[in-house]
Amino acid sequence: MATTAIAAADPAVDAVRRRPGLLRRFRRYPLPALGVLLLAALVTSAIGAPWFAGQDPFEMNVVDRLQPPSGDYWFGTDAYGRDIFSRTLHGGRVSLVIGVAVAAASTLIGLLIGVVAGYFRTADAVLMRIMDGLMAIPGILLAIALMSLTRASLWVVIVAITIPEVPRVVRLVRAVVLSVREQVYIQAATAIGTNFPRLMLKHILPNTLAPLIVQATYIAASAVLVESYLSFLGVGTPPEVPSWGNIIAEGRLYVQIAFWNILFPSVFLALMVLSINVLGDGLRDMLDPRLARRL
Amino acid sequence: MTGLAVSQPVLVVEGLRTEFATGEGHPMVAVDGLSLYVRRGETLCIVGESGCGKSLTALSILRLLPRPYGRIGAGRVLLDGQDLVQVTEAEMRAVRGRAISMIFQEPMSSLNPVITIGRQIAETVMVHEGLDWADCMDRALAMLRQVRIPEPERRLQEYPHQLSGGMRQRVTIAMALACRPRLLLADEPTTALDVTIQAQILDLIRDLQAKTGTAVVLITHDLGVVAEMAERVLVMYAGTKVEEAGVEELFDNPTHPYTRGLMAAMPHLGGAGGGRRRLHEIEGVVPSLMARPAGCAFAPRCELATERCRREAPPLVGIGGTHSVACWVTAGEGVLA
Amino acid sequence: MTPVLDVAGLVKHYPLSAAWFGRARGQVRAVDGVSFAIGEGETLGLVGESGCGKSTVGKAVLKLIEPSAGSIRLNGEDITALKPAAMVAHRRRMQVIFQDPYSSLNPRMTAGNIVAEPLINFGIGNRAEQQERVAALFGRVGLRPDQRDNYPHEFSGGQRQRLGIARALALGPSLIIGDEPVSALDVSVQAQVINLMMDLQEEYRLSYLFIAHDLGVVEHISHRVAVMYLGKIVEVAPRAALFEAPRHPYTEALLAAVPVSHPRQRRRRLVLKGDVPSPINPPSGCRFHTRCPIAVERCRSEEPLLVADTDGHAAACHLREPAR
Repeated sequence: MATTAIAAADPAVDAVRRRPGLLRRFRRYPLPALGVLLLAALVTSAIGAPWFAGQDPFEMNVVDRLQPPSGDYWFGTDAYGRDIFSRTLHGGRVSLVIGVAVAAASTLIGLLIGVVAGYFRTADAVLMRIMDGLMAIPGILLAIALMSLTRASLWVVIVAITIPEVPRVVRLVRAVVLSVREQVYIQAATAIGTNFPRLMLKHILPNTLAPLIVQATYIAASAVLVESYLSFLGVGTPPEVPSWGNIIAEGRLYVQIAFWNILFPSVFLALMVLSINVLGDGLRDMLDPRLARRL
Repeated sequence: MTGLAVSQPVLVVEGLRTEFATGEGHPMVAVDGLSLYVRRGETLCIVGESGCGKSLTALSILRLLPRPYGRIGAGRVLLDGQDLVQVTEAEMRAVRGRAISMIFQEPMSSLNPVITIGRQIAETVMVHEGLDWADCMDRALAMLRQVRIPEPERRLQEYPHQLSGGMRQRVTIAMALACRPRLLLADEPTTALDVTIQAQILDLIRDLQAKTGTAVVLITHDLGVVAEMAERVLVMYAGTKVEEAGVEELFDNPTHPYTRGLMAAMPHLGGAGGGRRRLHEIEGVVPSLMARPAGCAFAPRCELATERCRREAPPLVGIGGTHSVACWVTAGEGVLA
Repeated sequence: MTPVLDVAGLVKHYPLSAAWFGRARGQVRAVDGVSFAIGEGETLGLVGESGCGKSTVGKAVLKLIEPSAGSIRLNGEDITALKPAAMVAHRRRMQVIFQDPYSSLNPRMTAGNIVAEPLINFGIGNRAEQQERVAALFGRVGLRPDQRDNYPHEFSGGQRQRLGIARALALGPSLIIGDEPVSALDVSVQAQVINLMMDLQEEYRLSYLFIAHDLGVVEHISHRVAVMYLGKIVEVAPRAALFEAPRHPYTEALLAAVPVSHPRQRRRRLVLKGDVPSPINPPSGCRFHTRCPIAVERCRSEEPLLVADTDGHAAACHLREPAR
């Protein structure tokens, strides 16, 4: 009897299975959707800068110094007569590279260290003390120190921003691993002879994915911001590269007579950080199973 | 068994319908047309499996349905003649904890972890009876004594986490009875406890009830607890009452196929007889409230189901005395058996 | 004949968290010297109240936790000291069904992959053969093969427990440890799962260590029953002897506490006073003496041994020793 007792499919369960379409998701999460659109526009403008910008960001027209926005120069020109529109779009490329590189590097390194710390109790104590130490180093100080050791370059900026972000990822991953390894289904997997690599890959790591993606967006946003203020202070991206921080730093001197020098790069910077953060919040809501299960 | 004369019911529920908004148009009906009553000093057991609506019945009586989804769609809940569905929220607050108290399965969830036991009980008394603090603490101490907690003076100063599960449930009972309620709703009060502790708590509820004359509605999935405690029993399935009877009548003469199945499926001591034998099974699973079958909700799992059962929901009909059953097939034979 | 499982003097102590650089302040003596054996095709029921150590015994036998002392023999082979990697080979013969069918299945894996995983782990068959075996297992435990692509949350509690059983059966084990396998289920579904486990036992000559707190369930499924109290077995006997003529006062109290099955059987019961003492500093002598209705002076000082009579009925009680 027991063996033939096959339960009928539950229509309520079937309803849950249906994946909501893209349009429905947009309607349910309007703000993140706007964030995605805005971010897509910014990314496109940055990647396509050489084609959209029209003018060379480095070309100096001494005659047209500090011109206000006009038909020729949409965002105006700076003290050397360079086109701010072109420089701002090109500056987006720097921010984009740094945001993506820092997010990728810190999540990958953090994931590795976090898994080891979460799973091996002996390594945990040592690793976490090192992470505590790293967290205590202010990013600016590290950047200044690195800069004084080597020449200013994009790489140094990436390294300087990545190092203080790694411990945050480690803490997150470690917390997830620690809670998941106590789950009964991990014991169950051990009992059916699952080896360590598979246990990690199939049963433990998938749980870290959702929080990691969300964390990565926040890191990207903060990296974009940190790059700007490092550049603004003159310890970031080399001054010859048009990054938003550099443009704002140079425009600062003429703010009273040519505010557009800092207005446009600042607006782009704010929009970029805002759109990434809104996207992160949206992802968190969508990926958090506790919220998703609310039906 | 309490020796009290048959009196007016303390609580009468008529045609209670509890619904949940689903966001898909039709509300989900969790309790459908339920009627019950319980008299002073009497114990009514509501028995059924998870999802049958027995806990939601208790929450509906207290108007504690989860907001904003749950609501009472129809019916009356009369406490000594006053319809609790109609009263204001402020009036309802005065009813909860004073006229009607509730104890839950997990005692830790109804105790505040950062307030001492003594203060928690005393505050309940203070809110409802407005005595001064010293009198309230005296009442708290008396209640702890009454629920037979050893060293009650010391326990007054302790926090919930310092007590064992059984002791915690005693504390929630002390809290529930501190204002001498007319009705006690107990939702699976012993399910989280070990058998020896369960026996202590059941004895305690019975003794206190005999002393105070409180009416008790005991919600459980365990027919053993029903056999121990009930005077009358109400069997629920998928949100509806399928059978109601005095406890001895129900155990002697279970009539609804679901009640019969439940009794046969329950492993009980000595039930195995000489050798290991198979238990009776009820095939399939409890239907989801989202997809209640037409007709009798039990029909898809019922061995006796006919075409009529699948089409038309059976009404509850009396089959002698206080025994009533909602079944097209067995209601007629019940009188004969 | 060698028993399928032979446990001798099993001990599991958990050190209480120590202060910095200090020594541990004590130990939780979760399991404190437990011995039993299970033969082929036999079910040993292991009952006791929460905190008595019955689940710890199960986990130690499965080597999901490291035992502190004692020996565990599986089909005559000592597996006590095996490292996790060496243990893997023995897992084919010993499987487990957990209590909570909700948390024991990985929510991110499909039902089919959950049941196929043990086959993948041991490289049994190719992909097609594995799929075939999974379909057969689904049928055997009463699930439809087309439910393979569903995720655990799409199943009811009883169906999930069937999935857990299918996964445990996949490797063709000789011993299955059931850690409260039916206590989270509704009565009507519980009966289905108990019957399924009994059918499978007959079909595959399985041995069960059936850990439970519900005496009614244990009486139904067990051939022999062991009763645990505070980390020790206080009584072990064939089923009929234990339920009809219990010797240990704790077993008597446990049986007396079970609710009656008919309202006319209501009676004044032997109700045990108080709670189970802490396993950190268990009582001296007989651990039950603080709650025992018949305890005498000797019980406080001298620990009773588990003495078996010729029928294999053993009880650890000074006052209820079998006639020799």
